Amino acid sequence: MLKAKKEKNLSAISDLSQNIKKLCEPNGRRKMNKQKYLDTLSGKLTAGQIDRRQFMMSALATGIAIPAALSLAGKAEAATPKKGGRLRHATAYGSTDDSLDPGTSANGYSQNVIYTRGNHLTEVNNDGELIGELAESFEASKDAKTWVFNLRKGVEFHNGKTMTADDVLATIEFHGNENSTSSAKGNLSGVAKASKDGNNRVIFELTDGNADFPYLVSDYHIMIMASKDGTVDAQSSTNGTGAYMVEKFEPGVKSTYKRNPNYFKEGRAHFDEVEILNVIDAAARQAAIMGGDADFADAIPPKTVSLLSRAPNLEILETTGTQHYILPMRTTVSPFDNYDLRMALKYSVKRQELVDKILLGHGVVGNDVPVSAAMPFLNTELPVHEFNPEKAAMHYKKSGHSGPIPLNAGEAGFGGSLDAAQLMAESAKECGIDIEVIREPNDGYWSNVWNVKGWCTSYWGGRPTQDVMYQAAYTAETNWNETDWRTSDAAVRFNKLVVQARSETNDAKRKDLYWECQRLIQDDGGALIPLWANYIHAHTKAISHDPQVAGNWTNDGNKVSERWWFA
Amino acid sequence: MHPIIRTVLVRLALGLLTLLAVSIILFSAIEFLPGDFAQSALGQLATPETIAAFRKELGLDESAITRYYRWITGVLRGDFGTSFSGRGSVTSIAKSRDVVDLIAPRFWNTLFLASLTAIIAVPLALFLGITSALYRNSFYDRAVNAASLTTISFPEFFVAYILILLFGSLWPIFPTLAKVDETTLLAERLLRCALPAFTLTLVIIAHMMRMTRAAIINLLASPYIQMAVLSGASKSEVILKHALPNAWAPIATVTAFNLAYLVVGVVVVEVVFVYPGIGQLMVDSVASRNIPVVQACALIFAVTYIVLNLIADIIGIVTNPRLLHPK
Repeated sequence: MLKAKKEKNLSAISDLSQNIKKLCEPNGRRKMNKQKYLDTLSGKLTAGQIDRRQFMMSALATGIAIPAALSLAGKAEAATPKKGGRLRHATAYGSTDDSLDPGTSANGYSQNVIYTRGNHLTEVNNDGELIGELAESFEASKDAKTWVFNLRKGVEFHNGKTMTADDVLATIEFHGNENSTSSAKGNLSGVAKASKDGNNRVIFELTDGNADFPYLVSDYHIMIMASKDGTVDAQSSTNGTGAYMVEKFEPGVKSTYKRNPNYFKEGRAHFDEVEILNVIDAAARQAAIMGGDADFADAIPPKTVSLLSRAPNLEILETTGTQHYILPMRTTVSPFDNYDLRMALKYSVKRQELVDKILLGHGVVGNDVPVSAAMPFLNTELPVHEFNPEKAAMHYKKSGHSGPIPLNAGEAGFGGSLDAAQLMAESAKECGIDIEVIREPNDGYWSNVWNVKGWCTSYWGGRPTQDVMYQAAYTAETNWNETDWRTSDAAVRFNKLVVQARSETNDAKRKDLYWECQRLIQDDGGALIPLWANYIHAHTKAISHDPQVAGNWTNDGNKVSERWWFA
Repeated sequence: MHPIIRTVLVRLALGLLTLLAVSIILFSAIEFLPGDFAQSALGQLATPETIAAFRKELGLDESAITRYYRWITGVLRGDFGTSFSGRGSVTSIAKSRDVVDLIAPRFWNTLFLASLTAIIAVPLALFLGITSALYRNSFYDRAVNAASLTTISFPEFFVAYILILLFGSLWPIFPTLAKVDETTLLAERLLRCALPAFTLTLVIIAHMMRMTRAAIINLLASPYIQMAVLSGASKSEVILKHALPNAWAPIATVTAFNLAYLVVGVVVVEVVFVYPGIGQLMVDSVASRNIPVVQACALIFAVTYIVLNLIADIIGIVTNPRLLHPK
């Protein structure tokens, strides 16, 4: 039961990759066709073209068992969105310091608020594809240096103002201006000039070509805000074009919303009201969803998810996407400035053990590249970094290092950091390497330890393409280059390739470039990425969702409010 | 001047002096915190110039003495300043919230929960303390002692989880989320606060109950009680009429201590039950170096301690026959 559930709930992205795998096997092809047929049937049933009995007969004809066919019919019926109800979402994120300013929004809660109240030029949909949101369409010049976004007409902000090109320009100016403190400034650093052509067309001229530019403007910070005389009020305005209008915003406690009656999307925004509650404590969150105080809860700890799945009124939803745990080694800090020492450490980790003990199976092993199957151009021919005591010992000997290697681990880095560090120290011992685990407090972790100490723990999530990921943490310019991998020959080459790949519009050539980028990171870089962690959610059976659930962020791409409904 | 009024006035003056000392210690302690708000708000991406500009705008570039003077004079006028957070850009100083607006609703919630707990816990503790003194060394006495010592020995979050398990999951009588706001009606507010109040009751009851019991038993050995017993007073008369008046001082002190704890130290219970109290606000503010909020919270906590201890002292004096009627 649980397994079936899991499979159904795999994210859009991993479904896609699985489907691709299936397509490669002859047996898989047949399965695909059957699935397609059942999907068509479900569609007909819900559209009223066939009745339940006909559905059952046809479904049975494909060779599935009666209970399965029955539950399929139930699911198909639940899959018809209905309007109404109040969604109560218990979220693990947020603090009393949160603000409405999209420029400084950082945690999962602020993202959720943004995706509930606002829209962006583009959107990663629940199939993992990039589509236009406030932009109806977008196109690039041949060299990907000029991008034209055609805006949707007649979209209104919550206060009744019509969204125009001026609002887009003011939003871009807010994040990208010289004195901006917005976290999205980097996303827009390549924009040389943004201008409008009429009220519904925005033209971006970039300093260098960027084939992934539409992905950059899907970033949650760059929510289109209403402008007045060319400026936006980012700090206190609750205005937006989104599915829900903010009623109340109490940082660290909750925020409540009412449906936007003029929402421009068809077939979205089904709940009448939404309430997002900050329930930081995991046990409280689980009690809330079990006791009926919430309909949806996120960040369920892997340790308790199997217990929670026994509750008869609950369903567990797991998505695999872009969240990975990393132990960045700063390649400029001794002893991590030594290639062989980094290699030795990469070969000294029992990765599957970490998946089993830290994530309790709710994730997969990483291969020291920040790229997953969810992103385009994953290099599938990289050497596999796994526990190999001979190789580790060989590299360690070659590095000439002796004595303990400090690892500054903090729970702030990722949940289970300290346990993971201890397990790594144990497995390294088997290779003759001495790792000294230093426990770091959560307070001030991101300013005093991360990006400062030679080796620490950290995590990343939600980057839709390699270029966006690299610009966040791997290219020479970014301050978040946590491995400080900038000056080695491989790093210099990597930086050149990233720029080249960005403006390359031929997919075959891009593939070659990105494959080489990954090889360089994995070989010479300081990233030790042992784990890709699933996002785990629980929801009551009263609410339902599309068959595909987005994996780019937690909470269905943080769009649960917009995409889900009461069955 | 009546000796009681004089004592109260002296205590009050001492309290104000203590508060001044606390404010100085508080201010210096916060100065020692590593990192500052400008840095933690703007993140690692910020250039040194942006941080400098932000610090200047917040007034963080001035000397500590100037800032202390400005803060303390503001506080005397009832102005706790504006919160550092809520303004992301350098140009939006007018948009940030007043610390008072931020703290007031949460402080009211904290006081509500503290009062509710006190209404349950104090009479219960006194009753249990007095009866266990009355029937000391009986099975009842031992049972009450063992039970209350057990609940105080467990950490609060554990007591809270057990209560959630029993009354939120197995027998769902009470809601497990104590989400309240200004629109919540009293009846619902009481229902939602039930589990947190019970948790806190279990945590503080042992201290008060055992102090009551010990204070009374201590007095039972004194000659004037022996006299009362010999003159034929009943057991309950001896305790309520003769022993209790002399026991109020230590009981009041312990009760004040526990009530103060209810106001300043219930962060864990707030987190587990998602109660919007002041403790969580202070913890978040310390983490983000939102100094005006930290200072205001800490000062409120200091005032709470000083006022409650003052009240305890006054109760101790007023109820003590020997202090009330000096020879």
